[in-house]
Amino acid sequence: MSTESAPAPQSGAAEDVKQGPRVAVSALTTNLREYGLIIALIVIMLFFQYTTSGTLFKPVNLSNLVQQNSFIIVMALGMLLVIVSGHIDLSVGSVAGFIGALAAMMMVIWPLGMFSNPLVVSIVCLIMGGLIGAAQGYWIAYHRIPSFIVTLAGMLIFRGICQALLGGGSSVGPLPDSFKALSSGFIPDVIGPLTLVPPTVNAAGKTILGSGLTLHMTTIVLGLIAVLAYAYFGFRTRRKREQHGYEAEPFSLFVIKTLVGSALALFLVFQFASYRGLPVVLMVMGVLISLFVFVTKRMTIGRRIYAMGGNAKAAQLSGINTERLTLLVFVNMGVLSALGGLIIAARLGQAVPAAGLGSELDVIAAVFIGGASAMGGVGQVIGAVVGGFIMGVMNNGMSIMGVNVDWQQVVKGLVLLGAVIFDVYNKNKA
Amino acid sequence: MTLSKTGSMRKGAEFLMTSTILEMRDITKTFPGVKALSNVNLSVEEGEIHAIVGENGAGKSTLMKVLSGVYPTGTYEGQIVFRGQESHFKGIHDSEQIGIVIIHQELALVPMLSIAENIFLGNEHATYGVIDWNANEKRTKALLDKVGLKEDPKTLITNIGVGKQQLVEIAKALSKEVKLLILDEPTASLSEKDSQALLDLLLEFKRQGMTSILISHKLNEVNRVADKVTVIRDGRTIETLPRKDISEDRIITSMVGRSLDDRYPPREPKIGDVVFEVKDWSVYHPIHAERQVIKNVNLNVRKGEVVGIAGLMGAGRTEFAMSLFGRSYGRHITGEVLHQGKPVDLSTVSKAVENGIAYVTEDRKTYGLNLIDHIKHNVTLANLGGVSSRGVIDDMREMSVANDYRKKTNIRASSVYQLTGNLSGGNQQKVVLSKWLFADPELLILDEPTRGIDVGAKYEIYTIIARLAAEGKAIIVISSEMPELLGITDRIYVMNEGRIVGEMAASDASQEKIMRAIVRGEGKKAS
Repeated sequence: MSTESAPAPQSGAAEDVKQGPRVAVSALTTNLREYGLIIALIVIMLFFQYTTSGTLFKPVNLSNLVQQNSFIIVMALGMLLVIVSGHIDLSVGSVAGFIGALAAMMMVIWPLGMFSNPLVVSIVCLIMGGLIGAAQGYWIAYHRIPSFIVTLAGMLIFRGICQALLGGGSSVGPLPDSFKALSSGFIPDVIGPLTLVPPTVNAAGKTILGSGLTLHMTTIVLGLIAVLAYAYFGFRTRRKREQHGYEAEPFSLFVIKTLVGSALALFLVFQFASYRGLPVVLMVMGVLISLFVFVTKRMTIGRRIYAMGGNAKAAQLSGINTERLTLLVFVNMGVLSALGGLIIAARLGQAVPAAGLGSELDVIAAVFIGGASAMGGVGQVIGAVVGGFIMGVMNNGMSIMGVNVDWQQVVKGLVLLGAVIFDVYNKNKA
Repeated sequence: MTLSKTGSMRKGAEFLMTSTILEMRDITKTFPGVKALSNVNLSVEEGEIHAIVGENGAGKSTLMKVLSGVYPTGTYEGQIVFRGQESHFKGIHDSEQIGIVIIHQELALVPMLSIAENIFLGNEHATYGVIDWNANEKRTKALLDKVGLKEDPKTLITNIGVGKQQLVEIAKALSKEVKLLILDEPTASLSEKDSQALLDLLLEFKRQGMTSILISHKLNEVNRVADKVTVIRDGRTIETLPRKDISEDRIITSMVGRSLDDRYPPREPKIGDVVFEVKDWSVYHPIHAERQVIKNVNLNVRKGEVVGIAGLMGAGRTEFAMSLFGRSYGRHITGEVLHQGKPVDLSTVSKAVENGIAYVTEDRKTYGLNLIDHIKHNVTLANLGGVSSRGVIDDMREMSVANDYRKKTNIRASSVYQLTGNLSGGNQQKVVLSKWLFADPELLILDEPTRGIDVGAKYEIYTIIARLAAEGKAIIVISSEMPELLGITDRIYVMNEGRIVGEMAASDASQEKIMRAIVRGEGKKAS
């Protein structure tokens, strides 16, 4: 990096000259935030793997981890768009609680006949979530009431309705098993299990713990397909870029990234396969994450949301209907809050007045740990997802370690602060 | 006037620069990968007005940030000697302490506080934290008298115009017992009248013995007040011209490193039929509903024609353009727009764009760009449909579009992935222009297209305008710089207080004629 070769700060001469190690370094530094986050997640996981003497990565615990934290990540997807567009939504925890209560009432208490079918109830609940989002978004988008205030009101209102619906402090349940499968179910093994190591039977006729290894083949096959698709599409995009003469990152970096990513994914798939397969909720999450990555990275509506968050006035003068877009962002948030509420209720097997209480803070924290800016216009879906997992792994790991809940909060708070300080420090250095 | 100073100088080494108040020696400032300043030398005599000129990105602001301690000692190489003493500033506070005060282009006033509160912000007359308002207001009055501003010290900043705000900034500087006043583009957003008043004030300060550094793009202003001009180009000092050698041509040559034979590119207008016609356009103020901002404006523009709208600040030109462009300004908008004789609906920005109108704002940072995103995303924002199908963006197509327009408008950046917030004013303007060119309008409305950008970039913008007109686009240019309008347009409308008060062919227009139309328009209103 010679400084003499660049005569003026804005001169474009330097970039066309040579690529190579310089590009690798700059690719690493520009993506430091993204890589750093994933590395941080891995470090945190290894740390807890060590302190919990290997419990964290046990297949059964991995399933638990996913089932406990999936609602945070589902809601974080919506929250990312809300925060990128320059707003905040404090009501998501209460909306989730209210929807859980509504679902339980419809399925268990109210005599709705065929309309108490879990599928019908879920659809009604998702629509309800969308309506709630629209109601809040309307005031924010068309009347310019600050989102902080509108959703703070929503937080109080829907928590109140949730409690009133459940008739004071009581809980409503049990919920039908087919509904509970949303959270605690696993995908069926359509291919059939494969016994890798037959279980050793001891004298008493019982299997020795940890001796047998049977794999959930559908999970293995799905995992392999996903990893191959990931590598293939990554490679194809790269090729296409090269053909057009746009070199983004050096080949070595790309290969390392793909290999590490695939290895990690395959390891997790193997762990799931050796238990009961992929949890249903993980599949739901996976589909939603892919969808939101696609929407934010490739679709015009995603681009418009970022532009609106970056400079609303400029976006408006570029022909973007910022009011309608804001409304849509909140409708989306409402639907995902409702889904989060259904997942919580399904996991607990009943609706409780405190369902989702305080989860808005976990969701918002996940998005900020993931690198979003409170000013709007900046943030990535993958960042929010990894941020959500960091919160989840910490919750799970500290619980296994037996850390007091009070101190768990302290640690989570410090991690959030640390992540944002790291961000700000990085930005100022650049 | 510098004799008294001479006596106080003792050391022999400093005797040579007895009347020199500031000496910056061999200042070199490096950012990662870029040398922003290399061995810059600046010497300012006591009691003079010293102008610093240079293209955007030449390093003027960086130099002033070094001087005022924004970049603390140790982050640059070289020496700063102020009033005979080498200075090491750790922050702005240190430089203000010894009397160096800088007034930035973007004013640093708190809008919802009063004039007095702003002037003494952080420096209040107080005992144990209890503010003595009487003392503050009394001193504010005195300071406002000095700068010739007749306003109540209790008036909120948000309620006075930019010109007056600028004066408040200067009063604030005076309150700090300033020895060296630095003004960064002070007249960039001021009207002609306010600019003149500000320059007169600078001259008055000079008579009282104050030293000032003036950073400006407006060479006629430099010409009028400066005792010396230092030209900076590509992070180096090119030369310092004494008063007798200052001329616009001389400065321009030195700034761009080549001589600009003509400040406006030559062009052969090929004018066709009327494309757009505005009839009886009236607009009311968005907040004060009874105030009519635009009054029955009629105008038209032809294919391949460049039409100028002249007028003073506040004449309603921007308001007119924005109300036309998707009703982005005002309410109770009445009137009609005809596109090739047929009325068109321009009620939203996207409808206006669909009907072939584009509006390039005068305030690119607030209304034109997403500063935290890169060039590529900014260029395609107004026409995402052009790089996508069914809502899915084709990354490769977008990339080639961005690169294409980067070449066409000559945006100087390391790549299309450079953040627009890091570009110089001229290059930012080219990004906004690219955005609207990609939307492929028939009528392009350019609002102050060359405001705050350097001579070289101005010429490039003019060239683009000429090329677009040659391609058959209709162009409206709103500008407060009359020579610019005379240089690049075919026909000029004069606007004053929301009315069209004159229309003339550029060939037989002159600055005097335009001014006369404005003054006559004002007279009409009084009668």
